[in-house]
This record gives sequence, structure tokens and C-alpha cells, in this order.
Amino acid sequence: MSKLFEETRSLKAPVWGVIPRAAWPLVVAIAIGALVYFGVSPLVGGFVSKVMLIVGINIVLAVSLNIVNGYTGQFSMGHAGFMAVGGYVAAGIVYYGSIKLWGSAEPAGGILSIVQEGPKAGPLWGKGDFLFVISCLIGGLVAAGAGYVVGLPSLRLRGDYLAIVTLGFGEIVRVILQGSHDQIQPWKAADAAAMPVYELAWKLGGPKGFNLVPTYTTLFWVYFWAALTCIAAYRLKSSSSGRAFLSIREDEVAAQAMGVDLTKYKVRAFVFSSFFAGVAGGLYALDIGAISAGDLNFIKSFDIIIMVVLGGLGSISGAVLAAVILSILPEALRQPPSLVPWGWVAIAVIALVMGAVLPKGKKLKPIIVLVGTAALWEGLRFLATSVHVNLPDYRMIIYAILLIVLMIVRPQGLFGVRELWDLKVFKRRGGGA
Amino acid sequence: MLSVENLSVSYGAIKALHGISLRVERGEIVTLIGSNGAGKTTTLRTISGLVRAAAGSISFEGVPIGKLPPHQIVRMGIAQSPEGRGVFANMSVDENLSLGAYARHDKDQIAKDRERALELFPRLRERLSQSAGTLSGGEQQMLAIARALLARPKLMLLDEPSLGLAPQVVATIFKIIREINAGGTTILLVEQNAHMALNVAHRAYVLEVGKIAMEGPAAELAKSDEVRRAYLGHG
Repeated sequence: MSKLFEETRSLKAPVWGVIPRAAWPLVVAIAIGALVYFGVSPLVGGFVSKVMLIVGINIVLAVSLNIVNGYTGQFSMGHAGFMAVGGYVAAGIVYYGSIKLWGSAEPAGGILSIVQEGPKAGPLWGKGDFLFVISCLIGGLVAAGAGYVVGLPSLRLRGDYLAIVTLGFGEIVRVILQGSHDQIQPWKAADAAAMPVYELAWKLGGPKGFNLVPTYTTLFWVYFWAALTCIAAYRLKSSSSGRAFLSIREDEVAAQAMGVDLTKYKVRAFVFSSFFAGVAGGLYALDIGAISAGDLNFIKSFDIIIMVVLGGLGSISGAVLAAVILSILPEALRQPPSLVPWGWVAIAVIALVMGAVLPKGKKLKPIIVLVGTAALWEGLRFLATSVHVNLPDYRMIIYAILLIVLMIVRPQGLFGVRELWDLKVFKRRGGGA
Repeated sequence: MLSVENLSVSYGAIKALHGISLRVERGEIVTLIGSNGAGKTTTLRTISGLVRAAAGSISFEGVPIGKLPPHQIVRMGIAQSPEGRGVFANMSVDENLSLGAYARHDKDQIAKDRERALELFPRLRERLSQSAGTLSGGEQQMLAIARALLARPKLMLLDEPSLGLAPQVVATIFKIIREINAGGTTILLVEQNAHMALNVAHRAYVLEVGKIAMEGPAAELAKSDEVRRAYLGHG
């Protein structure tokens, strides 16, 4: 894999050499964000766009949690806690920042962050966009700081013990945030404008949540960050820190014997991971214009863990794919669409591709599972229509059953510890070229 | 080179080592033999910093290392091939080897050392891109030693390299241990296979329930009645 990548990189170098290596991720992320926002979103409509937004945020969350749970093999259950920290910080900065700067909590973004359907018009960049970008960054940094503070003492523990500590952290964050003071409502903006910053910092709405925050998050920003997270995770994995992370997962004692400073690298993984969780929290809060600590409890953490486990511990592409599937599935199950005819066409194509791609002797099982799942789906739909069962009522059960089936069929996750580009097909082509 | 004085180690209330002392001189192969639970692995782990001593001192080239964390001890020139091999199963042989050189930054010398390790273990060269977990037990042991070699240690700690291996493989590995030593690396070898260990070592210590029971040149110990009866299976 590394060889193929080095080859492509060296091919690119003379043509694209103008762009410094450090700026590449930004360029790629902006391109991907713009493509999704301007290219894909207008084609698919409002509902699908909304689902895509959830998918993107979940990609950031899953890929970042994967740095801790997948790379270093530490079991963190506090990801939603870091998300909450970042989300509250970002929401607080944008809400009170808008009031302080412009006297009102109205959104003031350009095209990139105007949440509207249809043709996009107006200036590309509004005055509020700076506030938004900075708020997400600071949200991420504060979450990273929290990651450092939590990580330093707790990462000396392993396995179940660490899981319990991080679970505790998530709950502490929730309870503390729910104990914050009442939010100053938009119609009392003048009061807020007159108040010093340190007093505002704690007026985060308490148990009622922090509401009426101006919204800025669009598909552009979500996929910008999703791309950035994936690139950062990839670079981290192939760096020397990354190798240290993986060695810790494989065998802590041997890693130490190789000269890897366990605590340092575990904390480092935690800090990276919680930074992106914080950013995701910011995107989440500024998408719905509200954030409530009660929603970001340990169940949310579990949702993200499931994505990481399902994708395969340590696999970036696995985490992305699992985030996509698990975000779409509950939405798709609301109005379970029939697979006739285009779903079956798609499944036939996928089965054919799998038949061509998978190694001999390993073809049958995945194809049977694929077709079987589809048949089961149709069967359920048929049952629902003939017996008049309201399928959406049972969607969480179906969702859970699908999870169980997936874990039985592929306990190591969709990609195991490998990446999509490690699959034999890609390797063969790379080697042959 | 390495000197351990009155080392005591406890796991909670259980005392594993009751004040043992041992020395390793530059260029030697010293072996520490003894039965299960004698404290052999504990001794090695304490030297490499994975376990903390309750009392006593460890010094390496005159520097006390008893309070240093493991990653700094590696940087001082002590590398360990841990018990049960401890290869990184989901990583390739190549990645395992490069992790062996994790504490180093002298690229050219690393490349040379890698080459030398692969000359010592030609089997590993054939399997460079294979996952370490798919290797046979003997190959994994070879990888563990090669990986430790890539740290370019002055002192190499080998923990039971013969564990669970076929006699022929054990013979190969001990031959290579001798070669590594001939190349100038000092070795502290922990073994249950007293016969092989005493054969390859210059000096030996016999460890019994946390105490040094006997010490001396390996050849002499191999002849002593007590050792023959207890560890070599001669009545």
C-alpha cells in the first residue's frame, strides 16, 4: 500500500509541487466540501442533503474515535463528552459573539454557510463565517485540552478500567453542563452585550439546553471537516506516531520494550481524537442551532463506538463506510423503500463486482449474505403490507438485528484492521501498472 | 556492564525476588536458568523497566537505571525480546522490524542493521510483507530477536527464546544467539532449557524461588551434580 502511494505521490510532485505539502489537506478538503455542497446537494434535494449532513458529522466522529479505539486499542466511551465540550464552546462563542459584535443572534454567513434550498446567491463569505470557523476550531481545541486533562491520569489504565473512567468523564461533562446558568435570550441581547465575557461563558442554558444559536453548518463545512479528519487520520497512521499507536494496540509490553513511551502516545491519540470530536460537536450544534447535554450522553458515545467496531478497528475507510451505513439505515427504515426494481439492479451489480473482486473460495458467503439481506428486506416489507404492521415502529429492532447479523458475519468489522486500498484488487492493479 | 544489587520485587503481597545480585560483563553471554516461577522473567522485566523494584539497585555502564521508564532504558542500549515473543501480530514483518528501531534516528545505520538481521534470519526476508501473526512459532521468535537487534543494543535481554519450539528450531536459534554475541552484542539470556542455555553461555546464574542458588562459569555449572539433577534430567 505504502509503495503505491509513494509512487503516486512522486508522480504528482512535479506538476503540483507549487502547493506545499502542508497545504494539501486544506486544498483537498475545500474541493470535496465544494463538490458536495455545490455539486451533489442541489441534485438530491432537501431530505437527502440533511441525511448527508448527519453522515458527514458521523464520519468526523467515527474516524476520530478510531484514533483512540482503533489505532491504540484503548477503549474510550467518552467521545460524546468531548463532542459536548466542543459543541457548547462553539455554540457559546457564536451566540454570544454575535450578540457582542453585532447586537443580535441572527446568522450572518455567506453562501458557504447559508442554510437554504435552491439556488445559492449572495456573497461567498459573510462576516459571521469567521466567527463560525473560529468557534469550531476553539471548540476542538478546548475538547483537545479536555482530552489531555482526562487522558493524562486515566490512560495508565487499560481495557475495562479505562472504559469506565471515560464513561464517567462523559457523564461528568453532561451533569456539569446541565448545571450551567440560564441562557440570556435573544430578546435580551442588550443585557448580554453589557455583560463581561467570563459571566456569559457560564450562561449555557442548563438542563433546558442552549438554543436559538445562529446556524452556519452546511454540507460544505461538514465535508470540509470530514475530509480533513480522514486525511489527518491517514497521515497520522502512516507517521512514526502512527506506528507507535498501532504497536500499543498489538502488544503494550512489546511496544514499551521497543522504546515507545506508552503514556505519551496514548495521551497524544486521545488529544487528536478529542479535537475532532470537539469540532464535530461544533458542527452539530451550529447545524440544528441548539445543543443539549442530555442528548450527548453515553448512548451517543455507543453509537460512535458501534461505527468504529463495525468498520474494523483501526481502518479509516471502514469507519467512514460504517458511519455512512449506520447513519443512513435508521433514516431509510423510517419509510422502508422497496428494492424493486432499482435496488435489485444495484444488488446484482454489487454481487457481480464482489464475484469478480473477491479471492476464490471467499466469494460465496458475502454474496449469499448480501442477497439474503435484500430478500429479508423484501420479506419484511411484504409482511408489513399484508399484515398491516407499521414497519417504522419496529425500525430500531430491525436496525439492531442488522447489527447483530453483521457482527456475526464479520466480527473483525467490515475491513478488519485493513483499509479499502489494501484489498488485493487495488494492490494487483498498482503492482501491474 | 550491567550490575544488579540486592534486587527485590513484589507483586502486591507476593514477593517474586528476594534480593538477587548479578553482573554481566561486556561481550558475555550470561544465562539465568531456573524452573517456573523462579523469578527469571521478573528479573528481566525489572532490568528493562517494565516492573518496578521494591528495593535494590540496577546500573548499566555505571549509570543507575532502576528508576528510569522503559522507553529511556531502551535508548541507553538495552533491548528486550519479550517472553512469548510479543510480535505485533497485525503488522507486517517489515513494520515489526522498523518498530525495533523505533528509538533510533540514524537512517543509514538502521538500514545496515536491518540487512544484517535479515542475513542472520533469511526466513524473515522471504516473509517481509506477511503479517507477523501468520508466521510459525519459530519464525515469530526469530522476528522477536531480529526486532530487538534493530534497536542496536549494547545489551540484549532474551526471555525464553526456546519456549514452545521444536528442538531443531531451538538449535538454529541458539546458533544465531551465538553469532549475535560474536558480533559484539552482550546477551543476558533467560531460559528453562538449561541444557541449551548452559551450552551457549559463558557464565550462568541459577535462580530458585526468587534467590540466586548458584552461580559460576556455565561449563562448571553444567557439570555440577545439583544442576544436573534439578535441571538437566540426569539422576
